[in-house]
Amino acid sequence: MFRTALITGASRGLGAALARALARRGTRVALVARGRAALEAVVADIRADGGEAHAIVADVADKNAVHGIAGAAAALVGPIELLVQNASALGPVPLRPLLDTDCEDLEQALQVNVVGPFRLGKIVAGAMALHGGGTIVHVSSDAAVEAYPEWGAYSASKAAFDHLGRIWARELETAGVRFLIVDPGEMNTRMHADAIPSADPATLADPRDVAAKVCALLDRGLPTGTRVAASANGAPG
Amino acid sequence: MTPASWPREEPLEERLLLIDPRTGVLADRRIDDLPLLLAPGDLLVVNDAATLPASLHGHSAAGAPIELRLAGPADERDEWAAVVFGDGDHRTPTEHRPAPPPLAPGDAIDLGEDLRASVASVAPLSPRLVRIRFDRAGASLWQALYRRGRPVQYAYVRAPLRLWHVQTGYASRPWAVEPPSAGRPLRWSLLARLRARGVELASVTHAAGLSSTGDPAIDRALPLPERYDVPAATVRAVEATRARGGRVVAVGTSVVRALETVAAGAPLAGITHLRIGPEHQLRALDAILTGMHEPGSSHHDLMHAFAPAALLEAAHTHAVRHDYLAHEFGDSTLIYRSS
Repeated sequence: MFRTALITGASRGLGAALARALARRGTRVALVARGRAALEAVVADIRADGGEAHAIVADVADKNAVHGIAGAAAALVGPIELLVQNASALGPVPLRPLLDTDCEDLEQALQVNVVGPFRLGKIVAGAMALHGGGTIVHVSSDAAVEAYPEWGAYSASKAAFDHLGRIWARELETAGVRFLIVDPGEMNTRMHADAIPSADPATLADPRDVAAKVCALLDRGLPTGTRVAASANGAPG
Repeated sequence: MTPASWPREEPLEERLLLIDPRTGVLADRRIDDLPLLLAPGDLLVVNDAATLPASLHGHSAAGAPIELRLAGPADERDEWAAVVFGDGDHRTPTEHRPAPPPLAPGDAIDLGEDLRASVASVAPLSPRLVRIRFDRAGASLWQALYRRGRPVQYAYVRAPLRLWHVQTGYASRPWAVEPPSAGRPLRWSLLARLRARGVELASVTHAAGLSSTGDPAIDRALPLPERYDVPAATVRAVEATRARGGRVVAVGTSVVRALETVAAGAPLAGITHLRIGPEHQLRALDAILTGMHEPGSSHHDLMHAFAPAALLEAAHTHAVRHDYLAHEFGDSTLIYRSS
């Protein structure tokens, strides 16, 4: 049970579902996304449900916004005990081979999926390491492990993001900061529709079910650095 | 002493002047030597307050330019103490800044784009020390402060600062309006070596305030009342350290203020009015790691609680002669207490 959490990419999909699930369990949540209207709707929902939530409208890829994200969150809910690094960019759509991927598109995917989470993780993990505890979740993808053609920008950035989490896990193990790399599987989200417009939503997991699985994983005391699947259609792990 | 005009690229290179009143020794060391200067069983207490970008530029209802430097949240939750400056910015030394327009309760201050404040009260101490109320609260206020605010900085700093330049490596709640800069050179590689040596680490959160305003009446009253929060675990760590004969080392004057406030019997969290000078009897602390402070500043006054004036004077002369750098990006000093 976490008293406080900071969740990025929280206006839709898995981020919003996790925010709702955690708030229902009594966690005070600070939510980050770029789109104000969608984010404030999630916050209003959580408050209507009796939870505590705050909307921080910001872009995780913006170097000058990241102290504001971490600072506003800590001011509003208290020192952060759980950070969910969920915000993510797919890269250029429709998906395309690497030879057709612009350099700027790869840079943008790296900014949102690696450099931004590095900056935020650095700030939040430092405070956690001082206080001797905390959990940081990297929401990843099987594209971080498998080499799927046409997923190059996303895939390469997610692989780097996974490894960032593994190295942090080793470096901060004795300081008590736990890193988990969670592969949520294929979900019925806007990102999935952008990537594979032809997919039948009925075959995809509901983010709410995946969020429940992620919450269960957080309680399981998994060792730091673990990479775990949270597919709603199977046993986690 | 020459002020440091910019953060050093390699903080571990920063110099450290060791002041030991028991032997009268002054020794030139580096921050990187800290694991050798502390012993297993010692406790290092840091201030984990993050620095808020507390300088806000705007104008009065009549259009006169104003800079507000937030001094911290006041006792009442939705009011902030602030020092008001007139035209100009950090490039002009504070004591040369033009006076702001006179402000009275109810006056509006437009802070640009989407942020407004109104004057709640003016302090009897100085017309430039006010309490303000913002036109919003919660996430909306914090985001506006981070968007509109800049770190408070002084004329000796050569370029505009970003929070990346001033934040410590373990900052959490944004309570400080100036960086708790004694902790700035403490990189995690150094903290890991200290822990490996058996030095324990604990924290307080203390709303480090403005260190200079250029207004003599306000400067004489510094530090203003500041908010603090000492975790029960830190109190236990201090007691355990003293019980085993270890030394409790404060990183920065703000930590001294917080721990000595609690050691004097105050609640673990609140607002402290404690001022620490030569006459103060230290209850919780055995040493302080702090920046190089100029005589006459409230930070320097606090050092007198640890060491006699003659030794501090000799230390200052030594620091000037050996080109130590002063202020928040400057060198450090480690002072053990006299007895």
